[in-house]
Amino acid sequence: MDHLQRAHAPISEAGWSAIEDEIRPRLTTYLAARKLVDFEGPSGWSHSATALGRVETVAGPGPALEARRRRVLPLVELRAAFSVDRRQLEDVDRGAPDPDLGGLEEAGRRLALGENSAIFHGYGAGGIAGITESTSHPPMTLPADAGHYPTSVAGAVDVLRQAGIGGPYGLAIAPDLFTDIVERTEHGGYLLFDHLRQILGGPLVWAPGLSGGIVLSLRGGDFVIDCGQDISVGYLDHDADTVRLYLEESFSFRVLEPDAAVTLTAPGKPKK
Amino acid sequence: MASEGLHEAGELLDAATIDHHRAVTSLCEELEAVDWYDQRVKATDDPTLAAVLAHNRDEEKEHAAMTLEWLRRRDPVLDAHLRTYLFTTDPVTEIEAEAEAAGDDGPAATGSGSLNIGSLKGTE
Repeated sequence: MDHLQRAHAPISEAGWSAIEDEIRPRLTTYLAARKLVDFEGPSGWSHSATALGRVETVAGPGPALEARRRRVLPLVELRAAFSVDRRQLEDVDRGAPDPDLGGLEEAGRRLALGENSAIFHGYGAGGIAGITESTSHPPMTLPADAGHYPTSVAGAVDVLRQAGIGGPYGLAIAPDLFTDIVERTEHGGYLLFDHLRQILGGPLVWAPGLSGGIVLSLRGGDFVIDCGQDISVGYLDHDADTVRLYLEESFSFRVLEPDAAVTLTAPGKPKK
Repeated sequence: MASEGLHEAGELLDAATIDHHRAVTSLCEELEAVDWYDQRVKATDDPTLAAVLAHNRDEEKEHAAMTLEWLRRRDPVLDAHLRTYLFTTDPVTEIEAEAEAAGDDGPAATGSGSLNIGSLKGTE
């Protein structure tokens, strides 16, 4: 039986569609890391580990026996539960176009920020080494004045080029810093956002769950999400008033080329 | 021209739909090739030619399986049906009856549950 147990939920096909149509576009807004790194899969819920192609030597089981154990990176399961008012789902069946689906949006935000944070900064308990803790380059500090960001970003791109890492490059940037960028116009009315895109040759990505910024190569093969189950909606239980559901995914993440990213640490608060 | 087989004007279709069409067309071609090779294997009297044709036929099966998997990963309803019917041993029609008894309309009604987000690389 499907482990998501959806067949047991008191939810019509229209109700499932309303839930999925509500959360999918929000997730694609929040899921910043997927906009910058490679994505492999989904390989299904039964996919449990990423093969690393490495072994570790262990004691043999008997005399004159050599033994090696294959190393793998286990996938992490992330789940964010939420509740939906059954009256709202009944209204969907009546044709209501604007149901209040309770904590769905917040659950999606939690899950997406968890994925972003694990990929950008790492997730020790899950065995994931993030980009900022894996990069081989020393971090660069962003200036307090966003107007000087082009100098830092160009410096980071230069570091990557000097290391032989080709572009295009992208910039993941924390939401508060992203806002500083889009608000800013440089001398001559040129948008800072457009200037940074020209330096990078690639996108600026609004990245909730990230502190500071990361300039990284988008050429491919450097950063990989191995997805087991892509984000799915499952069923927990229900009573007369509410249905408890969850969003769930399984994935691992690897940095294959530590030279392919430069961390930009957040500036201190500018003095006013 | 993406394909001669489009049934609607190409400008009315998005890129994902056209890619889906490409994959379906390719799957049909691979399975048709399996059928043609199989007939030739049975028809020839030359066992060495039959061996070559059988080898080629079986490679087409691999191509078909790869294309079907590409489609499954992007189609939650197809995914649900394949999970219901493939790699089973009970009579197929009994599986259908069990699937329909398990839910209002079986797997198609509840979907696979996946939001099918996948890679977002290249978007802002």
